[in-house]
Amino acid sequence: MNELLRNVLFLPEQASTFARKVDSLHYFVIITTMIMSTLVGLTALFFFVRFRRRSETQTTPLLNPPWWLETMFVVVPLAFFLFWFARGYTDYVELKTPPKNSMDVYVQAKQWMWKFSYPEGPNAIGVLRVPANRPVRLMMTSRDVIHSFFVPAFRVKQDVLPGRYTETWFEAIQPGRYQLLCAEYCGTNHSLMLGEVIVLRPDEFDSWLADQRRGRALQQDGAPTADEDVTRQADLVRQGERFAVQYGCVKCHSIDGSPHIGPTWLDLFLRREELEGGQTIIADEAYLTESMMDPRAKIVRGFNPVMPVFKGRLAGPEAAAIVEYIKSLRSEPLEQARSRRPVYEPIRSR
Amino acid sequence: MSPSALDEVGFPEHHYLNAGTTVRSWLLTTDHKRIGVMYLVAVILALFLGGMFALLLRFEHLTPGPTYIDAVTYNRFFTLHGVIMVWFFLIPAIPSVFGNFLLPIMIGAKDVAFPRLNLASVYIYAVGAAFTTWAMIHGGADTGWTFYTPYSTTTSTVVAPILLGIFILGFSTIVTGINFIVTIHTMRGPGLTWMRLPLFVWAIYGTAIIQVLATPVLGLVLLLVGVEHLLGFGLFDPARGGDPILFQHLFWFYSHPAVYIMILPAMGVISETVAAAARKNVFGYRAVAYSSLGIALVGFFTWGHHMFVAGQGVFDAGAFGVLSMFVGIFTSIKVFTWVGTLYRGAIRFTTPFAYICGFLYFLVFGGMTGIAVATVSLDVHWHDTYFVVAHFHFIMVGAALMGFLAALHYWFPKMFGRMYHEGWGLVSATLIILGFNATFIPQFLLGNLGMPRRYYDYPVRFQSLHVASTAGSTLLFFGFVIIFIYLVLALKYGRAAGRNPWGSRGFEWDTSSPPPTHNFEQLPVFTHGPHEYQLAPEVSNAA
Amino acid sequence: MLPESHVQEHFANMEVQRQAARLGMWAFLGTEVLLFAGLFAAYAEYRSLFHETFVLSSRHLDAIMATVETAVLITGSFAVVMAHHYARSSRSGMTCLSLLVAVGTGLAFLALHGIEYVHHFEEGALPGKYYHFPEIQTAGASMFFSLYFLMTGLHSLHVIAGAGVLAWLAWRASSGEFSRGNYNAVEMGGLYWHLVDVIWIFLFPLLYLI
Repeated sequence: MNELLRNVLFLPEQASTFARKVDSLHYFVIITTMIMSTLVGLTALFFFVRFRRRSETQTTPLLNPPWWLETMFVVVPLAFFLFWFARGYTDYVELKTPPKNSMDVYVQAKQWMWKFSYPEGPNAIGVLRVPANRPVRLMMTSRDVIHSFFVPAFRVKQDVLPGRYTETWFEAIQPGRYQLLCAEYCGTNHSLMLGEVIVLRPDEFDSWLADQRRGRALQQDGAPTADEDVTRQADLVRQGERFAVQYGCVKCHSIDGSPHIGPTWLDLFLRREELEGGQTIIADEAYLTESMMDPRAKIVRGFNPVMPVFKGRLAGPEAAAIVEYIKSLRSEPLEQARSRRPVYEPIRSR
Repeated sequence: MSPSALDEVGFPEHHYLNAGTTVRSWLLTTDHKRIGVMYLVAVILALFLGGMFALLLRFEHLTPGPTYIDAVTYNRFFTLHGVIMVWFFLIPAIPSVFGNFLLPIMIGAKDVAFPRLNLASVYIYAVGAAFTTWAMIHGGADTGWTFYTPYSTTTSTVVAPILLGIFILGFSTIVTGINFIVTIHTMRGPGLTWMRLPLFVWAIYGTAIIQVLATPVLGLVLLLVGVEHLLGFGLFDPARGGDPILFQHLFWFYSHPAVYIMILPAMGVISETVAAAARKNVFGYRAVAYSSLGIALVGFFTWGHHMFVAGQGVFDAGAFGVLSMFVGIFTSIKVFTWVGTLYRGAIRFTTPFAYICGFLYFLVFGGMTGIAVATVSLDVHWHDTYFVVAHFHFIMVGAALMGFLAALHYWFPKMFGRMYHEGWGLVSATLIILGFNATFIPQFLLGNLGMPRRYYDYPVRFQSLHVASTAGSTLLFFGFVIIFIYLVLALKYGRAAGRNPWGSRGFEWDTSSPPPTHNFEQLPVFTHGPHEYQLAPEVSNAA
Repeated sequence: MLPESHVQEHFANMEVQRQAARLGMWAFLGTEVLLFAGLFAAYAEYRSLFHETFVLSSRHLDAIMATVETAVLITGSFAVVMAHHYARSSRSGMTCLSLLVAVGTGLAFLALHGIEYVHHFEEGALPGKYYHFPEIQTAGASMFFSLYFLMTGLHSLHVIAGAGVLAWLAWRASSGEFSRGNYNAVEMGGLYWHLVDVIWIFLFPLLYLI
């Protein structure tokens, strides 16, 4: 039944956990729509035949609907619509709430290409490799205009905005290759901003990642652009360390817990910090990124607002790398800690 | 008045069209009927131009990759198609043409409240069109009609004159809206209570409220984009702390209600024509009248459903999602009412009735797919794909254009005093309804398959559906050509229509066709509602 | 006194005509309010994003000057009320004089605001990419001045338009056109001027005080 309807409606294959769920509602909504519009059309046609004008002087009775009929006209469709909403909204909330154990990939869009960076190391252009049956969270930002990450087979789409991070997630269920399209108009070559999601078996993915880390990268993903100083094999954490030196972060932030001009980076990730205003925040990815782009937005109590703004100086992957570096600075090696739900809120102040 | 409308076939000696035949008498007229006719000419030109762009786009899609134009040209074409169709055709189509022509006659007034402002609105429209045409000749913008920032503020194409053109055009809409509101409030003839107003007037009233309240916000947001594009104020520029999402909120605050500016008047037309075709009272007058106001009101609170994947919060999405469900209710009330009107009626199948059937089908299918795309999780897949394109073409082209064509065929005899060829009318109606389905049903499927909109090039798996869609669009084109030919011929050679060729009880049919300059030989006194058919038409017209 | 002579042909009587003009004007004022509402929405969002900067920048603006401007505008509104009163009592000379006073306050307001603008130009507190004011360099500083110039600029355009309308009315009043039976135009012009005032009453605290 599912396969039949999917083919009749020209839907692409269902390659994620989300796709199946959405499609069942899709079928219900579209079938109701088709039944209703056909019914209305047929009723009009039937009335035309049954009540066609028989003489030029024909009169008609004055008819007004009784109250119960009018109520029915309102209540029945509304019940349907609200049911759709309830089902749809539940799924939507799920799509907006990545599971705690998801794997992170940073996505950077620009006219007209996609770039993916893994916390554990490799970068790729145009090709996103993910493991099957493991949730993957994408943290996305754009370098120029608005783009939109769209994988029809996953039924997933999320606009990618400049100056802030948006996120989405999916769990692929079937190894294979799936097309990635940009769905928000972004200029001349909008229609060429395509990419590919390659879903690998989990073991294949792990060995691919290990290969990448050992520096035996395959060349098939395309070379990085000239304006980005990216060593593909380098670990994202090591890159972050290099950027932290290069941009002078460590002149004010210590990495060993000693007090300095700025808060120390040791154990900073997910630390509860009290702000100047009195409220507390948790130093998650969002806060760390925000503090680079707009340091004065949330000043930790006891520190002076002296940090320069890195907005426009740090590229997206560089900021991501520094965040990964900060995350790696732990006094005792912890299990990969995760922030709580909602894991990653879009950064509002840019 | 005449004893019978049906056997009266004379053509009046004096009417508004021959009250003055110089160019000057047209250019300086304050007669709402002449202004309506001028708007009719203008919107038909716009429809033709926008339609040409649509055809060019469709033919480009016959093959993936370049067919005969390049990507830059394609992007400019779809922008112009959208801009022209939305602002120069759909927004003024029914209100400015038929609203202007009929509203004063329907309420027994000599003219609208501010006739000179009404004339000014035509000129404002012309100036706006001039700016846009100028921009078009100089290359045109490539932003899409939605002008999303930051692309629109950074592109090197000619954005500012187009923005200025639409900004100026907005004043024409506002002036028309204010005129209608004031006219309906203050100029109703003796005995014409609110509950006796023709339903077309109710629809125009709801439309006018939206025009007055929404258009200034569009004007402002276009102004801001223009200022940012020309001067770099950085209001929507993330590098300066600007928020591109703010633009989308402001834009859709106008542009979602704008959809109701397009569809509400069409609904009003259907309420009138369905009663006349079935010769029966509208099944639930109050429900239709109030639902027009309901749409106007609730339509203002659903704009966020255009932004489910744009990065708004989960709570916002929920709020806008549930409100969008409620706005669908007003439409469903109307649909049931129209179908109910046919029940036990005395239906005659004429060209307007063909368009009514088309309208009902397009509105239900287009409307329910609208509710479907407002269902948050489904929108994630459909957003910015051809599914959305097909949905809003079903409403804006399918339903709104059916309303326009129904109005044109229903009131053509009133406006010009002559009948068109009924046979050709039915042929072209059939062509248009079939052609329309053939064009846009494949686009629903394209959207399901994952084809994003505004794609110049596309992966080859989409090709067969694109070809089907293009084939349908040529049918549509021939339908329009036929309409144009027989209507122009009817202007000269059509037989005289007489006062009331449809046997309608609508007030506009109580005056001669075409009406005299001041609409009535003597101002009417209203003693009944506009859709009361319990008496035979002969008797009813002897009033 | 022949009030019917001013009735336009398509209106039943003067009362209907006056009612129509009033309703039309209020609807138009509604559109003006919504025009500014978009800017207020932008202000609200950016103020919540860059709260500190907005407070700093607002303190930097010259509140004394703005208070004087407010007083000037309110005087103008009073003059317009008087013009309406005199027109209703058919005193053309005084109508004309009051309208001219109102026009004068409008021009004075523009002059005072011009001085403020010149000051901002000198110190570099300009919108968007032109911003180079050294004292406030926190995030969103140029945004405040973008909004400041857009809001006050759009308002000043309205002051210019309003002053033009009032000058035209004063010219018509000088020829004795307005009387007890025909003061619609003065009333409508006055309504517009009050709107221009009211918008300033909202702009003043938002930009200068809080």
